[in-house]
Amino acid sequence: MASRNTIVAHVEDRPGVLARVASLFRRRGFNIESLTVGQCEEPGLSRMTIVVDGDDHQVDQVCRQLFKLIDVVSIFDITYEPMVDRELALIKVSATNFNRREVLDVVEMFRADVVDVHSDSLIVQILGDEGKVNAALGMFQQFGVLEMVRTGRVAMRRGVETSKPPPVSDSQQAAAAVRAMLGRRPEGVLPFASD
Amino acid sequence: MRLSGAEILMECLRAEGVDVFFGYPGGVVLPLYHKLGAYPDVKHVLVRHEQAAAHAADGYARVSGRTGVCLATSGPGATNLVTGITTAHMDSVPIVVITGNVARDLIGRDGFQEADITGITLPITKHNYLLMRASEIAQAVKEAFHIASTGRKGPVLVDIPKDVFIEEADWDGYPTDVSLRGYPIMDIPRDDEVAVAADVINSAKKPIIIAGHGVVQSGAAAELRQLAELADVPVLTTLLGISGFPDDHPLSFGFLGMHGHFYANMAADRADVVIGIGMRFDDRAMGRFKDFNPTARIVHIDIDPAEIGKNFHTHAPVNGDVRETLLRLLPRLEPVSHPQWRAEIEAIKADHPTNYIDEGTAVTGPWLVQALAEETEGQATVVTGVGQHQMWGAQYYPYTRPRQWVTSGGLGTMGYEVPAAMGAQFAQQEPVWSICGDGGFQMTSQELQTVREHDLPVRFAIFNNGFLGMVRQWQELFYENNYHSVDIGQPDFVKLAEAYGIPGLRATTRAEARQVIREAEALDGPVVIDFQLEPEENVWPMVPAGAALSETIESAEDL
Repeated sequence: MASRNTIVAHVEDRPGVLARVASLFRRRGFNIESLTVGQCEEPGLSRMTIVVDGDDHQVDQVCRQLFKLIDVVSIFDITYEPMVDRELALIKVSATNFNRREVLDVVEMFRADVVDVHSDSLIVQILGDEGKVNAALGMFQQFGVLEMVRTGRVAMRRGVETSKPPPVSDSQQAAAAVRAMLGRRPEGVLPFASD
Repeated sequence: MRLSGAEILMECLRAEGVDVFFGYPGGVVLPLYHKLGAYPDVKHVLVRHEQAAAHAADGYARVSGRTGVCLATSGPGATNLVTGITTAHMDSVPIVVITGNVARDLIGRDGFQEADITGITLPITKHNYLLMRASEIAQAVKEAFHIASTGRKGPVLVDIPKDVFIEEADWDGYPTDVSLRGYPIMDIPRDDEVAVAADVINSAKKPIIIAGHGVVQSGAAAELRQLAELADVPVLTTLLGISGFPDDHPLSFGFLGMHGHFYANMAADRADVVIGIGMRFDDRAMGRFKDFNPTARIVHIDIDPAEIGKNFHTHAPVNGDVRETLLRLLPRLEPVSHPQWRAEIEAIKADHPTNYIDEGTAVTGPWLVQALAEETEGQATVVTGVGQHQMWGAQYYPYTRPRQWVTSGGLGTMGYEVPAAMGAQFAQQEPVWSICGDGGFQMTSQELQTVREHDLPVRFAIFNNGFLGMVRQWQELFYENNYHSVDIGQPDFVKLAEAYGIPGLRATTRAEARQVIREAEALDGPVVIDFQLEPEENVWPMVPAGAALSETIESAEDL
């Protein structure tokens, strides 16, 4: 099934890690829709949220190849888990005395915030899942979008389950944990590399 | 104790038990070479081109089963290693590559002989390091050897700036532990996966094993043999799997693929269960993926979880070290026999023996490999380049001992045969036979000087047909016989050898060929033999590019 999968990876916080991940995507021909990197609860590790465009087999390969990078500590595909996903967008909308009220109505409807006002524009900050940001963006387009930036998706599983890496432990346990993380086997007919 | 970065590196190599490494000096590694004299037990071999250093480390690793080491200076020295590193990466060969770099404050400023070698080698190493402090060297080298030689083996590069070689740091002995959270050892397979694989194998009527490089690398030849005998499963190998199962065993049916044995390709195509062991279902081995035996159930045993399901849907995946997996699989298998299935393959073999040795007097590739096999009693370690001679070497020499066969499979690196044979010779006393192409030999023949200096008893057998034979074969068969840039000129190889102080021999007939092989075998040092072959001989059988294994052809008339 072709879809946009959400992958959560924990990586060592070292120089060059992002280049390793990016190099792997380029080399294997995988498409990144978005990639965000930032701190997580554990010092020394960074958390990446990667949105990948591809069918299940490709995404499975992405996870397995990423995991082979020594600096990648853990990797989870949480696409099919209950989760919360958010992104933040800053949208600079053209707004003057004549239509500012209309723009603000849209802002309110989306429960967005105005974070900068100028005589000819305002900056709207909107937080939500992709659908909400897309919808808001569509509405603002009628006024004129001067500039726009989106952070890309960050995501977290609902409930007490986490996507945290397994604790440092003996290699047998670690291997078992890794196999569990990579547990989703490709099913059905695979695309053939020679085609 | 305070030591310089250079001394720490050498202490680490000594502690790792490195007895030989291959290198070439240059500006930024001078602080290291300044200290080499104090470490005579870690023998440095001066090559004549850095590419050869990487191939030699690779050849050494493949024959010894240990991790090979090579060294080069920054910039061009480092970039010259790239072909050798990629060769090792594609074939999962454990090597540790040390490069120098410009001083720390010059990095990123395009200084003289600066190259971003860690950036360049990102996709062709298992891992790499750029060390910015002498205090990091010991742990990084320990990790580099650990990563290179465990799991799916491969090259690891350690890049050290010039002033880090000079900087002093505390030396408390070689580290004993590595703690790499993102690199768990995955040797032991899951019980449930082993159980499913055993069920599939036990229910097979026409099973076949395809044994790959993983069998050789994990030291599982004995376990593979037990498995094959217990469950009565015919064994094929991949090109790199050759020597992992004895060719003289009644269950051995050759190697499969583009120039594999005809009966091997047919057996793979007709099996109902295909058991891939330590191999990666490569396109050259399997033919057109979508038409490879569509009804077979596939069991895939591999140490690398990313290989499982990469090219084929796998019915019984087992992620684990080959030997550890086979040891757990064996008790679950039922002793059975498949006489009809064996008879079916034997019948194909009787009709299509893949034996192109004729009765003439001219030297042909198949005949020459067979003659080499007879004269060396099938015991030689054989190193090859890439092309026709490589395929004949794979088809006609009877390999019975693991690590007896050394070739560049994945990358297909011409010129590999000379430096890899040199490296292989450092790993064993008995003479190595290097089967060379006349094209490949010209790519790396500068290493004859290194071979001479160390008096290595390598026998370089040049299969000289005056052409880039494999390319010519394709031009003949698939490009309307339109030869272009394949009629490769060459020096007088006998004189070339003599210029290096190495005996050179030549043979133009079968009688002469047999004579010079015996002469070569009697020599203690290196020898170069120019075997003049039939110029336009083709390698058969062949799976044309993009065809399925079932479409294997045995002559140009089948096209």
